[in-house]
Parts: sequence; structure tokens; C-alpha cells
Amino acid sequence: MTTIKMKIDGRQVELEKELFVLDGARALGIHIPTLCHYPYMAPYAACRICVVEARDGKGWSKIVTACNYPVWDGLEIHTSTPQAMNTRRVNLEMLMSRCAPIPLLQRLAEEFGIDKPRWGTGKDTCILCGLCVRVCDEVVGAHALAFGDRGIYRSVATAFWETSDDCILCGACASVCPTGHIKMEEIHGRSIVHSEISLGSNSAISLSFRQAVPNVPFIDPQKCIHFNTGECKVCSKVCPKECIHYDDQDQFEEYEVGAVVMATGFDSFDPTPMKQYGYGKYPNVITAEEFEVMNNASGPTGGKILLQNGEEPRAIAILHCIGSRDQNYHKYCSRVCCMYAFKFSHLVKEKTSAEVYQLYIDVRSFGKGYEEFYLRILDENVNVIRGKAAEVVLSGFRRGEEGHLLVMCEDTLIGKFREIPVDMVILCTALEARKDAKEMARKLNISVGADGWFIEAHPKLAPVSTTTEGVFLAGVCQGPKDIPDTVAQGGAAASQVLELLCQGEIMMDAAYAVIDEALCSGCKMCNDMCPYTAIAFDDAKKVSAVNSALCKGCGTCVAACPAGAIMARHFTDEQIYAQIEGMLS
Amino acid sequence: MAKPKLAIYWAASCGGCDIAILDIEEKILEVADFFDLVFWPCAMDFKYDDIRKMEGKSITLTLFNGAIRSDENYEIAKLLREKSVVLCAFGSCASEGCIPGLANFTDKQSIMDYVYKTSPSLEPGNGVVPQTNVKVPEGTLHIPNLWNTVRTLPQVVDVDYIIPGCPPQSNQIAAVVDAVVDILKNGKPLPPKGTVLGASDKCCCDECKRQRNVKKIKKFIRPFEIVTDPEVCLMEQGMICLGPATRSGCGAKCVAAGVPCRGCYGLPSNIRDQGASMASALASVIDSIDEAEVERILDTVADPLGTFYRFSLPASMLRRVQQ
Amino acid sequence: MSFEPRIVGFLCNWCSYTGADLAGTARMKYAPNVMTVRVMCSGRVDPAFVLDSFRAGADGVLVCGCHFGDCHYVEGNHKCMRRIAITKRILKGMGIPPERLRLEWVSASEGARFQEVVDSFTEQIRAMGPMRLKEWAFVPEQVEAATAAHGE
Repeated sequence: MTTIKMKIDGRQVELEKELFVLDGARALGIHIPTLCHYPYMAPYAACRICVVEARDGKGWSKIVTACNYPVWDGLEIHTSTPQAMNTRRVNLEMLMSRCAPIPLLQRLAEEFGIDKPRWGTGKDTCILCGLCVRVCDEVVGAHALAFGDRGIYRSVATAFWETSDDCILCGACASVCPTGHIKMEEIHGRSIVHSEISLGSNSAISLSFRQAVPNVPFIDPQKCIHFNTGECKVCSKVCPKECIHYDDQDQFEEYEVGAVVMATGFDSFDPTPMKQYGYGKYPNVITAEEFEVMNNASGPTGGKILLQNGEEPRAIAILHCIGSRDQNYHKYCSRVCCMYAFKFSHLVKEKTSAEVYQLYIDVRSFGKGYEEFYLRILDENVNVIRGKAAEVVLSGFRRGEEGHLLVMCEDTLIGKFREIPVDMVILCTALEARKDAKEMARKLNISVGADGWFIEAHPKLAPVSTTTEGVFLAGVCQGPKDIPDTVAQGGAAASQVLELLCQGEIMMDAAYAVIDEALCSGCKMCNDMCPYTAIAFDDAKKVSAVNSALCKGCGTCVAACPAGAIMARHFTDEQIYAQIEGMLS
Repeated sequence: MAKPKLAIYWAASCGGCDIAILDIEEKILEVADFFDLVFWPCAMDFKYDDIRKMEGKSITLTLFNGAIRSDENYEIAKLLREKSVVLCAFGSCASEGCIPGLANFTDKQSIMDYVYKTSPSLEPGNGVVPQTNVKVPEGTLHIPNLWNTVRTLPQVVDVDYIIPGCPPQSNQIAAVVDAVVDILKNGKPLPPKGTVLGASDKCCCDECKRQRNVKKIKKFIRPFEIVTDPEVCLMEQGMICLGPATRSGCGAKCVAAGVPCRGCYGLPSNIRDQGASMASALASVIDSIDEAEVERILDTVADPLGTFYRFSLPASMLRRVQQ
Repeated sequence: MSFEPRIVGFLCNWCSYTGADLAGTARMKYAPNVMTVRVMCSGRVDPAFVLDSFRAGADGVLVCGCHFGDCHYVEGNHKCMRRIAITKRILKGMGIPPERLRLEWVSASEGARFQEVVDSFTEQIRAMGPMRLKEWAFVPEQVEAATAAHGE
């Protein structure tokens, strides 16, 4: 790689031969303003804002655009000569004659000392920098945008100004557009409330959440431009450690294990069907999980509690039992919500000066220090109202601007109906079993209850094991519980697994089936009966045989055998006939 | 030394067992030679009084075929039990009830009504029903009372051995004869009481030569509906073959000829009810878990009770409902 | 005086027996007429057990298992359903009303359902009256007596 030596503003820099002046300036940390430059694309030099004066040191000079002027040995660049500055000013003024209101241009105007553009102020927001066209062309490879028409009618457009079939909706154009002229919008007109916390990151590369293990980002092939068009790969250009491999495939690995711990967790109840609370319809009605994300210091608001419009709320209502203790949704109590609702009110009181209203049915502060915490938040002037909220409505005009939302409820302690004006409503949504809980249960041959929580071997005496040998439960998948209980259960499950695995020999259930060779005639009626494939046919002896290690002792084959050759140990025919005789004698 | 005495009696039977005994061909001469035949009403002229006059335990071996369904059957069964050292229930009728046992699906009154009053082949207007006592000019005639319930021999008297089959196959009869002769001649010990002779402890499938596989039934068919594949198990071809629930010993001759086993060799050794056992096995291999479809498949079983209990009804767990 | 039905119940260990247990621990009141035989799976229930129960004097037989898809042994209840279907046909053939044999699916959490099943089945059998299967006397003395008395 050949390098050349050049000077910028008197400072020496050595660069590779293929680079441009702007690269040299960036290497030296010298600021040259640009509008249409993007590091991973070829320079376009459309905006003409990056102009500098090039000299050869022998008297020759020229105004050139720094972004695409190739460097050569001995080149001397001066970035802030009067001529260069003046050229930039004129170019910007000309640009502003078309697009004045863009904040970006106004900041540059201030930087260049432009008071009032000489040639008027246009209202357009597209500065024709071509970033969108070029990113779609070179990086994304979808080729959906181009410049259309000429002269003063030149504009960025799709083919024939019609909805493009080539556009892959990657949003790259919107993301590189410096002026916000291109926006990504919902076409159904539904308002997205707190979009970042409701929908999560919609970037193609993201970290699942801050505490994810392993703590590495992953590429979503559905959203990634490279997987759609074969182009881009900007992330691998940026990565200094070359960690990004686009050809990584999902691998299915099979492990033979002696024990399984089900710790599949829960889903959050989606309150959208509860139209009375306006989730998804009204701004600032959010679920508890979304509030947690917002409150987190690494969340979309940096930990600040803000409304959708960026303001601080004046009053927040926390509604308990949304989807829990509800005949129409889940009859059970989700156990964790009262305590986290109090936690929220404590955080809100800490971070803002908002009023907090807790609308509850019962206060369930059952654990160590929980009741004391409840009393503490009462001392912090949190308003507690005993009465499940009936409805959340938008504040009407007749009330002026008291609050954006009104929470309607019955306060059963004072025996009155109330309308409480608040800015934000937090819904304490139920913990639900995972959608695939029934399927998982079938796969592992464990039982699942009507609510979708896995069934433990005994509700009091065996909370972490199941009736299937070797499959254990931990956490909310067995039933709603909070962190201390989950941790205890996890430890218990782990210790039971160790107990199972550390034994040199396993005690097997003595109740299994045995086929008497002397009675079996090899009719094979039983061969297909066993779901555990414990019955096999011995071709040499021409009889069937049961593998007692696989046999679970259900006795289905015993009842099927027409010759009575199969005996169920401890549940023999004789024993059952004796019971019948005894009962009816 | 006096020849050992042999008695062969037929109660409620078709006579097939007696013919089967004759079917041992020349061996019958051996039998006549070795034994002193004291009672075989089917073949020769004997009177009940001949037996009554005998001393207790003077008949070495009695082969008793036929079910017990009348006072006469019962009386002679008791008599022969008293006079015999060894009493064998010979054939399916004596062992399980066999075809006469099918009368237990109905009752004596219904049978009498049908046979003597309503059968389509009767001359109309006759309506004479046999009575147990009838006065005739010469005196009073007695006909044994017919029982309402057909019973097996072991259900009414103490039986030593069972020789199953409808009829027991002649080669098996010959083998039993040989064994008996061997015991009597050479003083070998008798088998334990209750042993089943002339048959093995396994099922018919043990003797069947057809290829067997896992069964998955979607429909049952009657044997005349298809031309059977000679190599493949008849159950897999859709027929109800009671072979898996029937004791072996017959040589699986019916099956070899393409006719599904009817179960005439009786209960397998470890089963209490042949019909229930076969029904359970059959239901297990029906290929459906939809209740309506299962009912439709079961509808293709033409006569469930007759099919499963053809030979074993009196010995089964089924009972008549009291009126 | 109304008669007390005698019902033999075959309950599978994991679902219906546990469901019955639940009814017990929850102190639910239900008719005491069902005498239970615990089996590991409803698939263990042999039609011979049902027939023997009726022969021995039961007025009704109740077979309970897990709901389809929930069987602890995956598909034992499928076989049970088919076997009970064929047993009902055998009962019908002998003149025994097949309604005296009932098959119900009761899960481990359905204590209330077990209570309801037992109560409704007991009432049904009570309304149908005692089974009254004729026991065919087999002991010789009994045969003598029966023959003398009824021409049996």
C-alpha cells in the first residue's frame, strides 16, 4: 500500500494513496463541515459545503471539495482561508434559498456567520444531498430511489413516483437523511405510544436487553439489509475485532441428558383487549414492563420518567390487577404486582414531583419487609384508592387542560365515585403462562394446569419436581412468584438435579410389566401399544419382551395381551380381581 | 391283570368328539385292545344301570364330552364322577360350554317357544311342547328337565383333566391315549390335577405359519369379502381371528386354510374370560382416537358376542339379567 | 326404602385418583357409593374387570382417566376409550344397559368434577335400580338346590 505525505493547515499527515482530503482531515482531527458525506459510501460532493483551498506550495491553488479530492504527495490543504470560507458561505446561502427552516442548515449558518440569506428562504426540507439515493444504491443494494427530473424540479423519488416494489423497508434512507425529510411512518394511522419501549429496538443489530447472557448483540436476519439484498455489511467494516460473520447458521445440537429443569418463565398479559383502559389507543397508557424499561438508566429516556411528548408527568395512576383476579381473563392473583407497584410509586416520588395514585383491590404485601415497605410508601404521600379502576378516558375539553387522562373508579373506602386526572397510567398486567406451555408439557410428558402453569409433583411437599422422573421446575413457569421465591426454587431444582445425577445407581419403580416367554405366542398385538417403545419383538425366540428400564408401568399392554402373557407387577390381574371380590362380597 | 376300564360319555353334544375319537383310525384297535370299554353309548349298546351297578372308582378313565344342560346330563356326570378314578372333560362342550352354551344368551322359555311354537319351519297350529312327565297308555314317560343355564362339566363336578377342542384334534387324542397307556403300563406319575392335556400353554399364533406384523385396524371384514393373502396374518387383513386368545394344540389348521380361528380350543392358560380378552386386544389395535370413528369401526363387527364368546360363554364372566 | 347402588370405580393414579383426592382434601361432599380401585393408567382397565365387577354384584361401573392429551403415559386413555366402547357392546348384547358402564375423563385439578360425576352416576344407577345379574350357581349343592327350585 503506497502512502503519500501531505499537509493540512500546516500539519503533516501520511495517508494511503487512494484516500481523500476529508479522510486526512479526520485523521488529524481537523473539522470540515459536510452535509452529503457518509463514511461507508463513495463521496458525492453534492452539497459543496466541505470546500477547502488546495495548494501545491508552488503558487497554484484551487477551491476543491474535501470529500472527493484525491490526495497526492506534497498537497497542501488550507481549510479556513477567506476564499474557502466565503465559498462555503455562498454555497450555504444558495442552499438555504431552497431549504431555510432545517435546523441543521441553521446551525451551519450560525457557524459561518450568515445572518440573513441573500437569496431568500425556501421552505423545502430536502437538500438534495443524495445520501438516501446513494445509501439505497451502494450500501443497501435495493436501488429503489433515484433523483428524478432536472433543474429546479429535481427531487428524490421512486421509479415513476409510484410506490416502489424494490424498497425493502429497511429505513436506511430515513436514518441517513440529515434533515428528517424522509420519515418512517405507520400506514394504518395507529398511534404508537412510547414506540421505543413498546416495540423495542427495531434495529437489525441489537442487544436483547442489558443483562442478556451472553452480552453480545445479534443480527436479526429478517431486518438486516445484507440478508435481504446481499449488500451493506457496514457493521463488519466498523467492527475492530472482526466478530461479525454473516454466514453463521442456526445449528441444532442434540444433547443426551439425565435431567431437565423447566425454567421457561412467563409472558406478560397484553391489555389491548381491555378497551376500557385504552392501551394502544391513548398516549401514555403503558404496561408495568414498559415502565420498567423507561425507568432503567439504559432505557430510551436514560431513566427519566417522561410522557410521550417529552414532558414530565404531573400525576401518575398505577392500576392493579389488570388481567389478574378477573373472571374474564385470569382468575388467579399474579402475586408480584402489588409490590412492584409500590416500588414504582417510590421511584416516581424519587425522580419526579408527580402525584401517584394506586388503585388496588387488596394490598398483597406478604413477604419479608413487604408490609413495612407499603407503610413507607404511604408515608411518602402516595394516594391509595381501594377500588379497581373502571375506565381510563381522555380528558374532555370542558375540563380544560387539567390532565391528559381521566381514571374513573369507585373509592370503596369513602364510598364515592372518582374521576382522577393524571398524565400517565401504568397497568399492572398479569403474569401469563407462555403460549407454548401446553406444547412443551407434551414434549416433556409433564402435566400442565388449566392456567398453563406446569404442575408440580405435590403442591406442598414437592414444588420443584414433576411426576415425570428427571424433569424439574423452577420459576414462574410453575406459577407466579417473585424473585426471592424464584431464586429459592432454582436452587432447590438444581440440588434435586444433583441428587439425581450423583447417584451411582438409580432406584427404579418396581411396578413395570413383564412378558412370560412361556405364554407369549408372538402375536404382536402389544408391540405398538407402548408410547415408550419398551416392547420389542425377539425374532430369534419369536416372542415379545418388555425392557424394564423403559417401562413406566402403565399396564396398557397388560390389558391388551389376548393370551394374558404380560403381567403388571404390583397391579396384577389377580390383585384387581381380589379387590373386586372383596368390595362386592 | 384286569384291563383298565374306559368310559366315554356324551352329554349335550353334537357327537363330533366321538367321531374324533374314531378318527384316530387304527389306533382305536389299540384302545380296544388295551382298555376294557365299559360304557360308550354313542358307539355301542350300554345302559345306565351298567354304570350304577359298578363299584366306586372302578372305571380307570372316563372321557366325558358334552355340556351339562339337563337333569340327565347332571345325573350321569355325578355318576361317572363317583365311579371313575380319572374324569376328563373331553372337548370344548365339556370344558367351556361350546355351542350349546350359546343358549345362555337367551333362556329356556324363549328356546322352547321358538323351537316348538314360533319357528318358521313349524306346521302351524301344532303348539305341542314337550313335558317332563307324560301319561301314555303304557304308563308315565319321563323326559329329563332341560336347564335354563348351560354349564360346563367342571362347574358341576370335580374334574381331573381337561382336553380342549371342538373337537380335540385326532392326533392330540392319539397322543393322550399314548400318554395314558404309558402311565398305566409303566407306572409313570399322573400329571398334576387340572392339567390341560392335548394342548400347549401357548396360543394359536405359536402354530400359525403366517407372517405377523404390528396391527392397525380401520375396518373389520367377514372372511368371504376378500381373497386372502396366504402369507399374511389374517388379522392384518381385517378379519377377526381369535387365534391370539385361543389355546394352541390344533395345529392352526383353520388358519392355514384361510379361515380365521374361531377360538374352539378355548381359553389360554392365563386368561379368565376368552371373549373379554379378545375384545380388549381388538379394541387396542383399532387405529383411531376419534370416538365416532371408533363406533363406526366397531359397527363392522357383525356379531360381537357371538364372535367373541362362540365357544366359551358358560365359562365366561357374562351373566344373564334377572327378569 | 331406596336401594344404595354399589358402584366399582377404576381410577387412574395420576389424574382421576388425584382429582378424587383433591375432592377429599377440599372436603367436598359426594355420594359414598363408588368403591375405587386404583390403577396406574386407565389403559390398565381390562374389559374383564368390568364384566367381573358386574358378575360379582356391582350395579354400575365407573372408569375414570385423564383427558385426551394429558395422559401421564401419553396414550393409555386412547386405548381405554376403545376398550370401553367394545365392552358396552358386549354388555348390550347380554341385555345389560350399557349406561351402567360410564367412562369419564377427570383431571388432577378437577375435584369438583369428580364430585359431580360420582353424584350424578350414583343417582342414575339408583334410578335404574339394582343390577340383579343372575349368578349361575356352580357349586354342586347350589346346582341341586337351584335345579330343584327353578329348573335351573
